[in-house]
Formats: sequence, C-alpha cells, structure tokens
Amino acid sequence: MSGEKLILPLAAIRPDDIALAGGKGCALARLEREGIRVPFTIVVTTGAYQLFVDTHGLQERIFLELNRKAFADMRWEEIWDAALRIRNLFLTHPLPPALDHQLQDSLDRRFADRAAVIRSSAPQEDSAAASFAGIHESYVNVRGRARIVDHVRRVWASLWSDAALLYRQELGLDPESSSMAVLIQDLVVGAYSGVMFTVSPMQDGHSVIEAVPGLNQGLVDGLVMPARWILDRDTQAVVSHTPSTQSQAVFPADQGVRVASLAEPARQGDTLSSREIELIAEQGRRIESLFGAPQDVEWTLFDGQVTVLQARPVTTTAAAKSDKRGWYLSLRRSFENLQQLRSRIEDELIPTMNREADELAAADLDVLDDEALAAEVRRRVDRNQHWSNVYWTDFIPYAHGARLFGQVYNDVIKPDNPYAFADLLADTPMESLARNRQLEELAGIVRAVPAVADNLRHGRLEHLPSSFHAALDAFVAQYGTLSSGVTGDREGGLADSTLVRLVITLAERSPQPPIRKSVDHEALVREFVEAFPAEERDWAWSLLDLARSSYRLRDDDNIYLGRIEAQARRAVRAAAARLAGGGSEKAGAALQEALALMPLEKAASPDPDPAISPESSLQARQLVGQPAGPGMARGRARVVRSPGDLKAFQSEEILVCDAVDPNMTFVVPLAAGVVERRGGMLIHGAIIAREYGLPCVTGVPEVMQFVRTGDLITVDGYLGIVIVSPSSPGADRASTSA
Amino acid sequence: MDAHETVRRDIAHLLSEQRLATLSTCNAQGHPYASLVAFDVTPDLAGIVFATSRATRKFANLMDNNHAAMLVENSRNLKSDIYEAMAVTALGTISELSGTSQETAVAHYIRKHPHLTKFIQAPSTAVLQMAVDVFYLVNRFQKVMEYHVGRKADPAAGRDPAG
Repeated sequence: MSGEKLILPLAAIRPDDIALAGGKGCALARLEREGIRVPFTIVVTTGAYQLFVDTHGLQERIFLELNRKAFADMRWEEIWDAALRIRNLFLTHPLPPALDHQLQDSLDRRFADRAAVIRSSAPQEDSAAASFAGIHESYVNVRGRARIVDHVRRVWASLWSDAALLYRQELGLDPESSSMAVLIQDLVVGAYSGVMFTVSPMQDGHSVIEAVPGLNQGLVDGLVMPARWILDRDTQAVVSHTPSTQSQAVFPADQGVRVASLAEPARQGDTLSSREIELIAEQGRRIESLFGAPQDVEWTLFDGQVTVLQARPVTTTAAAKSDKRGWYLSLRRSFENLQQLRSRIEDELIPTMNREADELAAADLDVLDDEALAAEVRRRVDRNQHWSNVYWTDFIPYAHGARLFGQVYNDVIKPDNPYAFADLLADTPMESLARNRQLEELAGIVRAVPAVADNLRHGRLEHLPSSFHAALDAFVAQYGTLSSGVTGDREGGLADSTLVRLVITLAERSPQPPIRKSVDHEALVREFVEAFPAEERDWAWSLLDLARSSYRLRDDDNIYLGRIEAQARRAVRAAAARLAGGGSEKAGAALQEALALMPLEKAASPDPDPAISPESSLQARQLVGQPAGPGMARGRARVVRSPGDLKAFQSEEILVCDAVDPNMTFVVPLAAGVVERRGGMLIHGAIIAREYGLPCVTGVPEVMQFVRTGDLITVDGYLGIVIVSPSSPGADRASTSA
Repeated sequence: MDAHETVRRDIAHLLSEQRLATLSTCNAQGHPYASLVAFDVTPDLAGIVFATSRATRKFANLMDNNHAAMLVENSRNLKSDIYEAMAVTALGTISELSGTSQETAVAHYIRKHPHLTKFIQAPSTAVLQMAVDVFYLVNRFQKVMEYHVGRKADPAAGRDPAG
C-alpha cells in the first residue's frame, strides 16, 4: 500500500473508492462534491488499517483466535472473550512510523484542540443489502491527538467485536476480506439533530423525520425519545406528528457525551419549525436522487442550515424484517442501563427472592391435607419457574457489568493480559466462598478430633460432640446436605450425605493456608482510577463498584435460586412420601399430578459414546479449549455428570464437568484443576478456579465425550489445552482397540 | 457423523490426497533419521506402502529397527497453515512385502504414482509396508486425536526386514 493512501481528505475520495474509504466515507465525499454541507472529514483509509495489521502480524493472530475451534462450537461468551483478546491486540500495538507520522500531521493541522467524531466506515457496511448501523463503533466528542488515535484503534477493533463477528457470520460475509476505514470529523453541535428516512421502513409512500434536541447520539443509542414527523413522500406534506415527551437530551461533556435535563421551554416537544422540516425533507430528496435509492440520512441543524453527518441506503422493507441487528446490538449494555438493572436486582429482586425462600422454608408442610399439599407443590413449582425466568431476564444480562468494566479497563490501562481486569473483581465476598470457608472450618474440627472423624465415617451422628453437631446443623440450615446439588436441599438425610463425605475428605488432607493472592488489589484499583482525568474518577469508581456487584451476583444468584428450588423439592418429596403412605384416591391423583411437575432426579450429562467400532477406536490426546485460569496441573479426572458424582470427589483430582454452577462448587477447594465443556472466562467454573488459584480450561467441546473418571490428565491453563495421558491405570475406559 | 467417523474420514482424506510422507527411522545405535517417501495407503487404513532402494540409509535403519513413524501433512507454507493445516502421524512396524501382497500393493501404488512405475519395479527396490498401530491426527494447531486401526492378521503379508 503506497504511503500517500493512508490518510486522505474527503475531496480526494472518488465514488468507486469504497474498498479504500468505506461506504460512509464515499457517500460523504459525494455529498461534499455536490455542495451539500457535511462536517470537515479526514479518512484514515483501509490502507492504514492494513498497514497496522500487517506490521504486527495481527491478521494471523486474529485468525488463530477465531480458529481454535469451529466457530459454530463457540458459545457467545467465548466469542466475546476472543473479541476482547483481539481488541487488546489493537490497543497494545504501536502505529507503524509512516502511519503515525501522517496521522499526527493531519491531526495537528485540524484536531490539535478541536473536538472530533470518530466513525467506522467499513467497505462491507452500509450497502443496500446489509446495514451494519450500530454494529461497528463510532465515538462522539473525542479531544486530544492521543485520544483520537486511541479511538481510531477502537474503531478498527470493532470490526472484530462479538456483535460484528456474529453478524458477519449471519450474512455469510468472509471475515478474511474484512477491513475498516475510519472517518475523523469535526464535531458539529447543532440545536437539533436527527435522522430522515426518505422512504419509511413502515410504509412506502411516506418519509420519516425524527429529531432530538442536542446531539444525535441520544436518538441513535435509544437514550432519548425523538419527536417524529411522517411526511407524504410525493408532496412532502406532514401527514402526522408525534411530539417528544422527553425531558432529557445528549450533549457534549468534557470528553464524550452526557445525558442532561432540558430546560422547560425545550420540553414542549415541537422541536422543529415547519421551515426546518421542509429544509430537511428537501435535503433528503436531493440525496436520494443523487444516490438513486432511498436514504437513511443523519443530520444536524447548525446555524439554521442542515449539516449531513452521514447517509446510507435504507435496507429494503423485506430485508429489514429479517434484520437481526437488534439481537446483536442487545449484546451491549450501557453503564446507565446496567445501573438501573442493578437497582432493580439489589433493591427489589434479591430481597424479595430471599424473603420468599425463608417463608417457604418456615412453612410446615405436615399440617397440610393431601389436596392442600398438592396445591402447595404446584405453587412452589410455579414460584421456582418464576424465579428461574427472572434469572434469565434480569440476572444473566447483569453479567454485562463485569464485561463493560473489562473493556473500559483494557481501554485505559492497555494491559498485556486482556483478562487482568478480573484481578480487580476477584476477592469479592461471594456466597459460594463463604460456604466453602464454613466447610473448611467443619473439616478443621474433624481433623483435630479423630473420634469425630470416626463417628462421621460410620454414620454415628448421635455420638458427635454437641458443639460439632450444632455447627453441622447450622451449615445444613443454610446450605443443605449438598447431595442434590441444590443449595438448601436436604435430600437423603445427613448421615450418608455428600456434606458428611466432603467434610471427611477435606479433613483427611492437611489444613489449607488461606487462598494466596498474588496481586496487590489496592495498587491495581489505584492504577485504574488514576488513569482517568480527575473529573471522571467518580465515574471510574462507580463502574468498578458496578462490576464487582455484577461479578458477585453472577455467582450468588444461583445460590439464591437454589434455595427457592430446594423448597419446591421439599414439597415434592413430602408429596411423594404422602403418596407412598396411601390416602384417598382423589387426593392421590392430585398429588400424582403435582409430582409430575418437577422430577427430583436432575438430568445428568449423557454418558460418553465410546464410538468404538469392532476394529478401531478413538481417543483424545490433546483437546483445545480456552485458557480460563493460569497454571498447570496433572491429576486424575473426576468427571461429574450429575450432582451425585460430587460425593466421590477426592483431593487433588481434576474436576471435569459439562457446566458447574455455584451450587456444586464446594468440591473446588479439593481440586487440582478445573475443566469445563461450556466456554467463557466469566463462567462459574472459571470464576471459582481463579478464586482458588487453580488452572482452568473452559470451552472444551469434546471433554465429556473423551475424558473419563480416572484418566490421567494435564490441565494447561496458560494455553487452554487438556492433555490426556496415553495410558491411564485405574481408568474405566472401554476397550481401546480391536 | 460422530467423532469416530469424522476422524477416520479426515485421516483417509489426507492420506489419499497427499503424495509424500516424512519417514522417521532409527538405527541400532538409536540415531534417528528422517526422509521423504512417496507413499500409498491401503483402503482399510491399516497399511502404508512405500518403496526404497536397498542401498539407502532408511532401509539399513529398518533392517536394524523396524519401528518407525510417518508424518503426512497438508501445509502450504502460508501463515494460515498454523490453524488450517492438518497433520497425521502414523506409528507402526515396517515389513518388506513379497508375493501376491507385494503385487497387489504395487498395482495400487502405481495408480497413485504412475511416474514411479520403473522405480518400484526395479530389482534393487524394496517394497515396504507400515502396519499402522495408531494414527495421531492434529488439526486446529493443537487438537490431537488418537485413532487406533484394527489390523487384520495376514501371515503372508510379508517378512520382517529386521528378522
């Protein structure tokens, strides 16, 4: 790529330069040539992107990331993780000198002390067939050369975001040919801004104008409800008008934008005069006729004139119907949205949920007659379903808090390890860790008094010292017997429970020192907060606080949900016992019906398919996942297919599972490493492995098929691989060859 | 298609599409040697056939020690090979073919390598076959699967060159 093509003024872009300047860049260049007012713009071409990527060999590193396993086998969490690692490549590598020199020179001339807007302009985006609107990043009000360059990198990286990767896959676009130009523009702060669809996506004979006070960002990001005018496409007459009831708008802050309340006169809703509507409509028509197709035009009104910020084809109505960008865009959550979600979760949902679990636990089911018991089972199963729905609709999206923090942390700190941010989140008080500490305390008593261990082993609970019995009862009251993998459930009684077995196993090993933390949390937090200018540090603290809450809840919510489920299971067990004891036929039918609502046996992961033909066999030697906890460990695998398998867990075994949840992570302190089929750096297995400093690999698609309890395996948490030793004495492997 | 079938298909495809393999041998003193050979695979994947002059070092090594490894791979000397290329390592024991086994193997071999007809039919050339114990299939940079092929006993298949 020749050097002079790295940075270009708009005037140098020709209509057929889409491969160099992207769709947005070419459209703006055309508008400028036609005398339509557009912001001053320089184009950082795809040549600059390619030079940066080629200089550091990033294309190969990106594809190595994306080809560790089949894209179809990657869960969204894994794609997000890969996107985070790729983003870090763009943030941490220096610009090649030739590009750096040209860019600095261009910025010196125009943007030394002028606010800029940094927009994506990928050649693949903004075609009539596929709109990438909102998929790639754009940034409004960026000041200072260093910050502008940083934001150019972020726009480049957004080519490889989770949403962009998934969206391109959906459209069948080849990632290998993906590239990105970036527009650096003057920030034009008009009195009002908005969009115009020259053909309404809803009705062909209409055009639509939407307007908000201040910056367009409020409308585009969905933060501010716009006023709307529907126009007749032929006559441009206003067909209908919906005033805005919004009392807020988006304005430039020192850096970036802020949502601010509007003064009273601006709240009246009639943001545009009829003359202004005519001006915008006229401009829209002109642009449509220039490009020969209906257009989606972003504009702002400045000095009484329309400035066009960008124009792109309206995707056809049929295409719009199948456009799934909304789903991909929902993968991102704003800080404000997450703060609202946090209030709802912490102030309403969790207190209500815990109160309900306590009330259910306190109710005496023995006093209910058969029909009342059947009704109670139905009610509890319903409540369990209700809270399970809340888990998916509210709790799961809140996990984005930790992800948002991770991205911001990487933007400002630029660490070599893109997951360094997790060190600032670890060490938060989590329910599962508190439970595990209590287990260690019980084990400490057993270790100190051999008679206690002996009585526990032989199920002689009545011979236990009363103080130990009381401690055991207190644990059961809070967490249950651990046998069913549901927190608070007391299935099967205490004597032969997973709890008792686990306490004995924990006691058999020497006392464990407190979990070693190799990082200085305070120093990390200081470094993070001080990376922000003084006026933004409060926000940085708030973000960190939000992330810690999100990280903690990611684990705790399962425990809370477990307590509700335990109470449903208690009622189901009571009904089953009642049925076994006989009773009236009518009541029996009601109980039977209620029991069918909730099977007590949890579905186990399917047994591995040995896949052995009469004359050949297949084994895994090395399986690939994602590194989710640094370190290496070698040990016997304990493959957990159902909660019952946890009871046999031995010290220094490797926990191998489909998906571990916090109701089952009480064995992790015994483990030497963790391997999970489900992938992600912020899933439960990875979170708890990091807390205990254990090597962890997640996202190993075939692990449950090819690894069996007793196999000698090595977990390489640095590289994200699991090595299965060729001979594994003690393994219950099926015959290996004909 | 299950994992077993997928792995078998991938191995069969690679062995049929590639013409050359890297043969690793070891002499009686434990000194290793690697050489390139044109190979053919039996339809059941249990045997890999190749030929060499009896004067070569690889033949001498196999006289000393009939255990060997063969590597077949499809890299194209591109950066993307690291995640796109596939490699199969076969481990097994090597014996020289004779009689009808040799005739069948040579006929099959010539179909894959017609330009080597004179070479394989020369009196000084030994036609050898690896009886494969195990294949290791490596793809996506680090994923390694171990595939054991059942061998059908065939006493007439050939004699052990070391024996």
